[in-house]
Order: sequence, then C-alpha cells, then structure tokens
Amino acid sequence: MTMTSSSAKPAMPGMRRGVMSPLSSTLYAYPNLRLWLLLGPPLLWFAVFYILPLLALLAQSVYTFDEFSMTVSANFTLDNFRAVLTEPAHIDILLRTFCTALAVTVACAVIGYPISYYMARYAGRRVKGMMYVAVMIPMWASYIVKAYAWTVILAREGIAQWFITQAGMTGALEWLLTVPCVGGNTLATSHLGRFLVFTYMWLPFMILPVLASVERISPSLINASADLGATPGQTLRNVILPLSVPGVAAGSVFTFCLTFGDYIIPTLVGPSGDFLGSAVYKYQGAIGNIPLAAALTVIPVIVVGAWLWLAKKMGAFDAL
Amino acid sequence: MPASIELQSVSRRYGDVFAVNEVSVAIQPGEFFSMLGPSGSGKTTCLRLIAGFDHPDSGAVILNGRNMTRTPPYDRDVNTVFQDYALFPHLTVQQNVEYGLRMQGIGNSECCRRAGEALDQVDLSGFAARKPAQLSGGQRQRVALARALVNRPSVLLLDEPLGALDLRLREQMQIELKRLHKQLGITFVYVTHDQGEAMSMSDRIAVFARGKIEQVDTPRALYQKPATSFVADFVGGANVLRGDLARACGTALPCVAIRPEQIRVRAGAVESITSAQVSLPGTLVDIQFHGASSHYEVDVQGRLLTAVVANNDDAEHAIAQIGNAVALSWSRHLMVELEQ
Repeated sequence: MTMTSSSAKPAMPGMRRGVMSPLSSTLYAYPNLRLWLLLGPPLLWFAVFYILPLLALLAQSVYTFDEFSMTVSANFTLDNFRAVLTEPAHIDILLRTFCTALAVTVACAVIGYPISYYMARYAGRRVKGMMYVAVMIPMWASYIVKAYAWTVILAREGIAQWFITQAGMTGALEWLLTVPCVGGNTLATSHLGRFLVFTYMWLPFMILPVLASVERISPSLINASADLGATPGQTLRNVILPLSVPGVAAGSVFTFCLTFGDYIIPTLVGPSGDFLGSAVYKYQGAIGNIPLAAALTVIPVIVVGAWLWLAKKMGAFDAL
Repeated sequence: MPASIELQSVSRRYGDVFAVNEVSVAIQPGEFFSMLGPSGSGKTTCLRLIAGFDHPDSGAVILNGRNMTRTPPYDRDVNTVFQDYALFPHLTVQQNVEYGLRMQGIGNSECCRRAGEALDQVDLSGFAARKPAQLSGGQRQRVALARALVNRPSVLLLDEPLGALDLRLREQMQIELKRLHKQLGITFVYVTHDQGEAMSMSDRIAVFARGKIEQVDTPRALYQKPATSFVADFVGGANVLRGDLARACGTALPCVAIRPEQIRVRAGAVESITSAQVSLPGTLVDIQFHGASSHYEVDVQGRLLTAVVANNDDAEHAIAQIGNAVALSWSRHLMVELEQ
C-alpha cells in the first residue's frame, strides 16, 4: 500500500508539470496579463455591442431630419432636443411615463415590503422556500406572454370583470374608470389597468432585494431596540425601515427603470397615448425620424442615470 | 428588600431539548453575579429570559419583586450589553446612546446632556459624531455600555461583552466594568464562558451545565469547595479522582478532587507515607512551561494528573525529565469530596 502510493507521487515537485508549465509560470508571474485575459473578451463585447451603438445613437440626436424628403443629414442641430423638451405632446409623454414609473415603484414597495418582511423574519424554512418559488416562477415566464395574458384577464368579458361583478363592485369600478389619470374606457384600456400590469410584472424585482436587506438586519438589533424601551412600532420606524432603505432603493432601480423604458406593455394595455419607449419605437420605425427618436432616448438615459445615482446614495448597491 | 432578579424553576425548551431546565436562582440588588458555563449550557438563554427576548415554557421571572414572566422587554427595567454590541449602524454614536431616552419620550436637551455624560463616563466624548463602523472593537464595546447605562436601569445584563476583544483590552475592560459596578451600585448579571473572568470579577457565580445550575457560590467557595466534578473541573481545572484512584489515596469516598497547584512533584519512588499525606507513584509524561509556573502531566495508573509547580525552585527542574518516575504528594485535608 505504502509502496504504490509513494511511487505514484513525483520524486520532485517540478516533475509533475506538463506542457502547459511555461504558460502557467508566465501567467503567475504577470498578474496584469492574467487580468487582461480574463476581462478582455467581455470588455470587447461590451464596447462593440453596447458602448458604440449608444454613442452612435447619441451622435444622431444632433443630426437634421428633413420632413419633406424624409431624409437624415449629418448637419448639427439642437432642434430635436428643443422639440422633445418644449412640444406639449412630448412633455405629455414624459410626464405620463415618469408618473407611471413612480406610481409603479411606490406600489411595488408598498406591496413587496410586507411580503419580503414576512419571508425574512417569520416564514419557516418550507414556507419561505415555497414563497421563493412563487416569486421567482413568473420571472421565468416570457414577459410578452404575461402581458398578453393580462389583456385577456382585464378585457371587458374577462375574469377580472367577472370577479368584480360577483363581488357586486361594478358601480365602484365604473366610478373609478371615470377618474382622470386613473380611469379609461374599460379596465384593459385604463391607466389603472396598465399600472396593475406593470406592478405585477416588476414586483419580484422589488421583493428579492428588499428580502436580502431585511435578512441582513441582525436580530440582536431588534432585541436591542426593544431592550432600550422601543415598542414594536417604534422599532419598525427607527431601526427596521431605515436599515431596509438600501433594499427598497435597489428594488426601485428595477421597478422604476424597467417601467420607464418599457414600450410593449403601454401598447398592449392602457389608453392610447405614447410612453417614451413606444414613442421612440414609432419615430424610428414608422416615421423614420431617427434624430428625434435618438433625442427622445437621451431622456431616459439621463433620468435613469439620475435614479441610479440617487439609489447609490441611498446605499442600493451595497444591498444587492 | 426583594431580590433584584429571581428565577423560579424556569424552563425553556427548543423542540425536545431543554435549553434551561428547572433553574431557580435569586440575585441580590447591587450584586455582581456571573453565569458561567460552556457554550450550550443555558446561561445565555437565562439572560434572554431575564431581558424578555424569550419567555419560559414554565416557571416565573420576578424582577424587583414583580412578576415579569410575560412582560415584553420594552417594559422591563433592565438593559443589555450584547455580545456583538448590536449598535445601530445607521445612527451616530450620540444617536445610539440617546436611543433609549428618546424612546421614553425624554426631551431633546436632556437627551443630549445625559448622552454626553454617559459618553464621558466611558471616555468616548470625542467620538459622538462617528458611526459605529468607524470605531474599533473596544470603542464599540464602550458605546454599547454607555447606551445601556444612560437609561439608569436597576439591572445591567452583559452577554459575553468582552468575548470579541483581545487579551490586553479584555483585562482593561474587566477593571473598567468593576469600577462602573462599584460606582453605580446596580445589579450586574454577567454571562461568560471564561472562568478566570468570572472568578476575578464576581461577587457570586452560578455554574451552568446542560441547562441546569450545578452550583451557586462565591468564587472562593466555588474553588475551594466545588460541589460536583463538573464544577471542580470547569472552575480552575481540578484533578478529579474516581474509583480505584480515589481508593489509592486512602479515602473511602467514590469521587474526590485535588487542585493542580496543591500537588507536589518529586523525582524517584514514593518514600514515606504519613496519615496526613497522600503519595502516589507516576510517570512524568509532559511539561508545559507557562512562565511563572510549569504544568506537569503525570501518568498515574493510566490516568493523567496535572500538577502546577511554581518556577521559583531550580532544584525541582533538575529532577524533572520526561519519562522518569516521579512521586506525587499532597495533604489529605486539601482533597474535596464531590457528588458524581
């Protein structure tokens, strides 16, 4: 036994090395080379397929579009930005998109927080596992399929309407649909319907980061708060909520940015009237006014950038 | 005057395991009381029951004469220093210390003044604006202390408060804690697994094992008259002699203990036996040098006994060679009878 095991070992450490030995030695000696080999391919991919197209887009936002010939020429102009920021139709789009994104974010936080809190602090192993699955499974289904499913659910003869009728709430719904900025002709073509679909769609993206941040609050902090005389309500306000702000901020990055840039749900659910994404889609596709579409795109880049900066200040990226 | 804290046959079970099993103890006002035991012996659970973070399955927790068994922690006149300090990371040192006062609805200016005094008391007045993350372990420990003491509780609970500190800082804090205890005159309940710490600081110690209290007594009495073999071994590390070995010492008792420093080691065979003296032959197995003293491991009838010999006698070392035959001897009256 001892004979076989010792003879299987090399007599000297160096003998074990094969043909790759010089390569390993070189990589070991030059850590920078190692780093470049590791990061080079993804960085190249990132530059070619992400940075360059974005720069091309930004460059086109100052090109001139001739409305008569419907052609684009590379003459510098700021008219596109002027149009985006001053024309009432565009301001309307901006406000609609921004307010929806904000409302969806608030709703996701309000609905998602108690779910995350329950999962983090009260649910047993089994229940928590099942809730994880319940939160994750919809994320794996196709987004388009879910959006279409909701158009059916919310349709006039759909299941949502049926439930409301059964509950005798038809009057309340009809009243709700007459409220400006909330209502619409039917549930499926109302702002409310669109808001519901967005909230459903992005809720998991709020639950998961909030869950992570609540889980990270040490139980001894909650004990310490009670020990120092804080009632459960005071502990919630003074310890738990402030310490889960980073998680909510991280979740809001998803809910806000995903709503802000979306162009499919607004065309499927809700009243007519564009979202930023669908307006860009229309300008560059149907009309071919690439410069104006590019200028419109700069808006979400700035707004999302500002939101990310704000979220970072609130500690969102330490919570992920 | 009622006891500061009284546990009346308190039990707490997790599943089938008793974390605390029928524990009864009364802690007097102003006492420095330690709960000593290995991990999992139930001492921290007891502390949690006193603080109110956990509630007993049976038995009663009486604080200052009032039954508080079911009272939530925020209605109890006790404050806790946590093992991990549990400082609020989003608040400054000042805000951490003020926390308890604010929860009681005490006004801004008084909060500020009393927090300042408390920080003074622990020598941290210059650190009020910092966040806990910007402090060292020892400083965090003192903030935790100030945060608890600022509320002027009648009882301070300390859950292994020095466990995370290095040795020098720990010794410094032990002195600090004793000073604070003397100055404030309130009850300290101190949980630790370090018997040296418990011995040097406490008025009385409760030794915990497997969810039960083995013995409650002063450090000196615990050391000199341990009641059980567990206490004898855990507090000060006694040699516990059973059965044949106990009989070889010329006693009829089934289980006795002798302290390592009470054993004398001599080279060669056992010479004379007197009735006041126990002498046993053995083989020296190992010597561990500890500076002021050396620990001799001696094999006696297949059982390892430890003798501690002060390093002030050169002649002693000349005879001590590993593998040599030695004679161990001690005065018979120093042996302590133990329950099994």
